[in-house]
Amino acid sequence: MPDLLAARAQMALSLAFHILFAVAGMAMPVLMVLAEVRARRGDAASAELARRWARGTAILFAVGAVSGTVLSFELGLLWPRFMAHAGPLVGVPFGLEGFAFFTEAIFLGIYLYGRERVPPAMHLFSAVAVAVSGLTSGVFVVAVNAWMNTPVGFTLADGGLVDVDPWAAFAAPAFPTQAIHTALSAYGSIAFVVLGIHALCLLRDPDSVLHHRAVQMALGLALVTTPLQIVSGDFAAKHVAAHQPAKLAAAEGLFTTQARAPLCIGGVPDADARQMRWAFEIPGGLSFLAHGDVDAEVVGLDAIPRADWPPVAVTHVAFQIMVACGTAMLALVVWGAWLRLRRRPLARARGFLRAAVLAAPLGLLAVEAGWTVTEVGRQPWIVHGFLRTADAVTPMPKLALPLAAFTSLYLLLGVVVVTMLRRHVFATTRAERVVE
Amino acid sequence: MSDPHLVFVIMGLVLLAYALTGGADLGGGILALLARGPHAEAERRAITRAIGPIWEANHVWLIVLVVLMFTVFPRAFAALGIALHIPITLALVGLVLRGTAFVFGAYGLGDDGERARWVRVFAWASAATPLCLGSVLAAVASGEVRVRDGEVVSGYLAGWSSPFGLATGLLAVATFALTAAAYLSADAGPEVRPRFARHTRTAQAIVVTLALATGLAARHDAPAFVASMRASPWMPALLASAAAAALVVWLTAGRARTHLTRAAVVLEVTCLVLGYGLGMDAHLLRPDLHVGNAGSHPRTVAALVPVLAFGTVLLAPSLWYLLAVFRGERARREAAAEAEAEAPRRTPDDRPGRETCAADPRDGRGSSH
Ligand code: HDD
Ligand code: HEM
Ligand code: HEM
Repeated sequence: MPDLLAARAQMALSLAFHILFAVAGMAMPVLMVLAEVRARRGDAASAELARRWARGTAILFAVGAVSGTVLSFELGLLWPRFMAHAGPLVGVPFGLEGFAFFTEAIFLGIYLYGRERVPPAMHLFSAVAVAVSGLTSGVFVVAVNAWMNTPVGFTLADGGLVDVDPWAAFAAPAFPTQAIHTALSAYGSIAFVVLGIHALCLLRDPDSVLHHRAVQMALGLALVTTPLQIVSGDFAAKHVAAHQPAKLAAAEGLFTTQARAPLCIGGVPDADARQMRWAFEIPGGLSFLAHGDVDAEVVGLDAIPRADWPPVAVTHVAFQIMVACGTAMLALVVWGAWLRLRRRPLARARGFLRAAVLAAPLGLLAVEAGWTVTEVGRQPWIVHGFLRTADAVTPMPKLALPLAAFTSLYLLLGVVVVTMLRRHVFATTRAERVVE
Repeated sequence: MSDPHLVFVIMGLVLLAYALTGGADLGGGILALLARGPHAEAERRAITRAIGPIWEANHVWLIVLVVLMFTVFPRAFAALGIALHIPITLALVGLVLRGTAFVFGAYGLGDDGERARWVRVFAWASAATPLCLGSVLAAVASGEVRVRDGEVVSGYLAGWSSPFGLATGLLAVATFALTAAAYLSADAGPEVRPRFARHTRTAQAIVVTLALATGLAARHDAPAFVASMRASPWMPALLASAAAAALVVWLTAGRARTHLTRAAVVLEVTCLVLGYGLGMDAHLLRPDLHVGNAGSHPRTVAALVPVLAFGTVLLAPSLWYLLAVFRGERARREAAAEAEAEAPRRTPDDRPGRETCAADPRDGRGSSH
């Protein structure tokens, strides 16, 4: 395997792995706060729920912390020439993120282990602090990514960067849309996982107050975040159309610049033949989505030098997956809202619960797909327009070796984490059976 | 002192903080490897409960160190990423395994056999990680990693795969074990405290031996580093303090004044890190990259220093609170009582509610061996 490919694969693997735990680290504390608040109002089921969530979350946090550590070193291990330039530009957001990690880890320790040691108000406060610092750490790191997509704040002079603005990452044009879209995706994807798991338990055990509460809370969170997710996705697409035309063209499989550009649903782009195959086309759809006008002109890949094309098929398919997941998630959320309006008890709505079980992985799938759009769609650039990925890679040979090591390590960890979380879920249902 | 110098000093302090906190957590894993005899399970439990609430916070020091490095000295970060790819990757695998194995053991709901397997993984990974981290510190000091025109020209084995690299790695292992043993000989329950006191003394003897061995190896493998140390007017005082601290550790371990042992260990580790800092003589990678040419951008450094100050002000009270809750006097008394009462498999959050809790100490007395 060529070393550049191995380096990319290792970076992608590490990020794809980390993001799963990172979104859990952002969203689970929010659910736990909701449960704790209800518990303080005297709801015993919510109190129990908060405890159980905390135990599962402890595992997720640990994996998130160590996989994140791997990432911060990998920036230097795999992309030393990127960091030699970008370090001073992305350092401040990473530094701020470091403080957010500290806050998060400190209050996580207090929350998980301090239930009997600190006053109840302090205990609740620590859960809130974990939720807030999880959100801020996510937002800070996305600032870095936004800067890679739309770099600002420096001038290029004889191979180096001068006039560096250390706060530039927060001024990157992509930052607001990306930060909001990513934060929402964390809450939405985890809400769907939690909803699915507890829906499964509720199907098996329709009288459980605990699982009913969990389904209510997760659905509540998804109700708020999923519609906003799609609205923010629309903003993101408009932003990408304006600032990263190659990425949008690849995501949509648009090979020729045209007015009244069609929106392709499905389909496989053939980059060599420069055409889209087997797609269902909505005339003017893309022009409308990208620029708010069915007659607007959309830049296609023909306007981009061939050497600067991102991998079109991967970007397009990933984008389709994200949008499909989003649409399905919206449908489920609307169904849930309708049940709530009709005041149907969710435990009896078996069709809805079954659908929720099936939909559980959709949010995480959309997150992975969305990041694939962002990262693969930015290729061949690591810093859009300035530094090519191929120029950033380490000269280290035999990178297939660490790639193989981290792949097996993460596969192993993935299997173990799933096994342990399953145990937590099923241990609880068994325990309830005994109580009944 | 210029701003990059200030950051260099701050990085030294962060390294010290990591050694004293995260290092002690790694040391806890090493001690888990040594748990033997009738109280082996109690020893492991004491280690687990000491590490549980705080290791993730302690671990962040390492990340802060990395972030400071690539923000302020990006050229040095890039060179290290290339030249030390191998030991750093190994250290990362170790860190991943120890962190995850630790929670899998504590929260995994496995049976005793499975739990014991995770503890073993945790323990071995905790021992291997400082070996790699130590060899990285040695490589940076050795003068053998060479950079010309921004390119590493000394290959991928230079500096760390030498007797000096090995000795420094072993010294890190022993120092972390010593720190952990000293903390635990003060904090753990009474039945295991003598064991940890004995470990403290053994580890202290090994640390002194290895420190001498590292010094000898350094003469040959890192002459300029040694020369910088020798040239410093602070060195005699530092050596004397280290020796005095080691003596105090040896004499007081397991005796009544446990806080003295702890303070002496802290002083000893501080001397080690300070000595290393003097030897580095404001270099990030001897001899080619120092604070003056490692790529710092004045505006970034100027922005970072207030961020650090602000963050520290925000952070210090929370960190203090965390330690007070889990390491304060009351916590220690409770821990001692609970350590005996607690069933082996329970994680902190499983503890019974307040009413049943009251019965625990009695059970503990009844069942203690
Ligand atoms: C629950 C997850 C989820 C869902 C349902 C959606 N997205 Fe998304 N999307 C993400 C999760 C995500 C993400 C993983 O969070 C990304 C990756 C980078 C980013 O900023 O957010 C992303 C990126 C991303 C980008 C690229 C941004 C960039 O590279 O700067 C666009 C254009 C969209 N999304 C558009 C949409 C649209 C039109 C959706 C409508 C259905 C949609 N997303 C649903
Ligand atoms: C916000 C933080 C992120 C940063 C700073 C970041 C940074 C990077 C860097 C430095 C690379 C290597 C150069 C390259 O190949 O472009 C990369 C590649 C990649 N990243 Fe990200 N990334 C982030 C988020 C993510 C996430 C969460 C995912 C999850 C799926 C992801 C998926 C990928 C993929 C698939 C590649 C390989 C692209 C290719 O080579 O075609 N990224 N990223
Ligand atoms: C969009 C992408 C990312 C998001 C949303 C994100 C978010 C988070 C969150 C919320 C946490 C804390 C929760 C947990 O421990 O599980 C975390 C941990 C961490 N992340 Fe990420 N992250 C992303 C990408 C990255 C990248 C690219 C890096 C480094 C280059 C990184 C480095 C870290 C580190 C070092 C930790 C561990 C902190 C600790 O010890 O507690 N993350 N991340």
